Amino acid sequence: MSTSPDAEIVQFDNVGLRYGTDREVLSDVSFTLHPGSFYFLTGASGAGKTSLLKLLYLAQRPSRGAIRLFGTDAITLPRDRLPGFRRRLGVVFQDFRLVPHLSAFDNVALPLRVAGVSEKDLARPVADMLEWVGLAERLQARPATLSGGEQQRVAIARAVIGRPDLLVADEPTGNVDPEMAVKLLRLFEALNRLGTTVVVATHDVHLLKKVPESLIMRLDRGRLSDPTGALRYPPRRQAAPA
Amino acid sequence: MSVLSEGLVRGWRSLSGSGDNELVPQSRLSGPMPWVIAIMIALTVIAAAAGLALRNTATAAREDLSGGITVQIVEAAPEMREKQAAAALERLKAMPGIVSAELVPSADVDALIEPWLGAGTLAGADAIPVPAMIDARLDGAVSAGRIADIRSELKGVAPAARVDAQSSWLGPVFDAIQSLQWIALAVIVLLALSTAAAVLLAARTALGTNRGTIEVVHLLGGTDAQIARIFQRSIGLDAVGGGAVGLGLGLVVILFVGKRFAALGAGVAMGGTLGWTDWLLILAIPFVGVVLAMLTARLTVLRALRQML
Repeated sequence: MSTSPDAEIVQFDNVGLRYGTDREVLSDVSFTLHPGSFYFLTGASGAGKTSLLKLLYLAQRPSRGAIRLFGTDAITLPRDRLPGFRRRLGVVFQDFRLVPHLSAFDNVALPLRVAGVSEKDLARPVADMLEWVGLAERLQARPATLSGGEQQRVAIARAVIGRPDLLVADEPTGNVDPEMAVKLLRLFEALNRLGTTVVVATHDVHLLKKVPESLIMRLDRGRLSDPTGALRYPPRRQAAPA
Repeated sequence: MSVLSEGLVRGWRSLSGSGDNELVPQSRLSGPMPWVIAIMIALTVIAAAAGLALRNTATAAREDLSGGITVQIVEAAPEMREKQAAAALERLKAMPGIVSAELVPSADVDALIEPWLGAGTLAGADAIPVPAMIDARLDGAVSAGRIADIRSELKGVAPAARVDAQSSWLGPVFDAIQSLQWIALAVIVLLALSTAAAVLLAARTALGTNRGTIEVVHLLGGTDAQIARIFQRSIGLDAVGGGAVGLGLGLVVILFVGKRFAALGAGVAMGGTLGWTDWLLILAIPFVGVVLAMLTARLTVLRALRQML
């Protein structure tokens, strides 16, 4: 399935989300994400960033509104078509969600194996990716033996190994030192230059300055504001606020 | 970690690769699931063998008795009884459709009665007037019409003759055997259901234990079929181990009991000997068990996964 360069890769239209009978954690959220763009999603803790990302990576269905992903209605998408869409996504979970039984190598290789890539074809890219994130010596280490920062880097390597069309990262640099944070952002940028749309949720305002071409989405108590005009159609590119 | 969880880890290998040797199970028979399956398979093998042996016993006895008739000369006077018995025997041998006919020796009749009445009850002045017996075999099945024909033939030469089909005496025994066969079948069905229920519970538990991992695989684009295959293969491996042990246990019991029955040397007991088709059926039980377990695991997991997004 291909996406035309001009089409929105993601489109939210008046999306609301509530868990059970609680109040809405997201209200009237509308925006579009364009192919090849780099977005930061900011907001205070509890603003709804993770919930919005869950909708983006198809872990949650909205309570109301419409979501189009890669030009397709994601809400009425049958279950058997979800895996195909998910394979076009790369996700860095806030809590990493590494598979505890698997080594760092096998965790990073998992998306490729799920997609049916042969062992012969995946061995080199996975090793290279782990080397790139500074874990060449820890290929066979299990998550429990890795530090928080190392686990985060494995999670990022797993998210980007399949060259996804859309990369969604929830606080991807929260557990790494500033030097590694910059390095990981460079990886996201490199991926972005190759055409991947990147959405990074963070509350680290310093991080926003590191990617001048980025667009800002700000969530405030479940409602989205548009400080850079990123969410309009067509979006207005603007440097991140100082 | 439960056996199914360990098995699940083994199952991940298709998605996890084989690089991590620690994923290889330390011991396949270290937990309850393979042993539950082993016990179920052993009981099923024993129940199936019992059912098949009973069926063979009934079949052999039916074949043995299907053309058999017994003519009794119920006459108190010994001379008259012997005279009528000889005449009846001669007439029977001359009748068309009678394959063989022979007088049961009084010694054999005495031996049959001895356990109840004591020895030597058929001889001497105080002999008990036991009927003379002729064992005859027809060339086909015994029917009421043929019995009636034989009766009318014998009426002239042996008025004290009573003619009975041998199979009719064993009718209640055949009914009892058939009931036991049904019970064996019911036991097999219940054991299969119990196995399926045990696998279902184990699969649900494993699903709960590994829910986080399953969600991750889902979110990475794993399909329900891929995930179900992992559980299916995991429980399949447990079922293969359990099935092999269960079959071994069952065979030991069958051979032991079979040896005991063979030592009886009785005709009916020998008729229950298992044939090669019976052994094939018994050997197929673990394979059916494995398929049942894998199918149950697959359906359980697929059903549970459908509840997830």
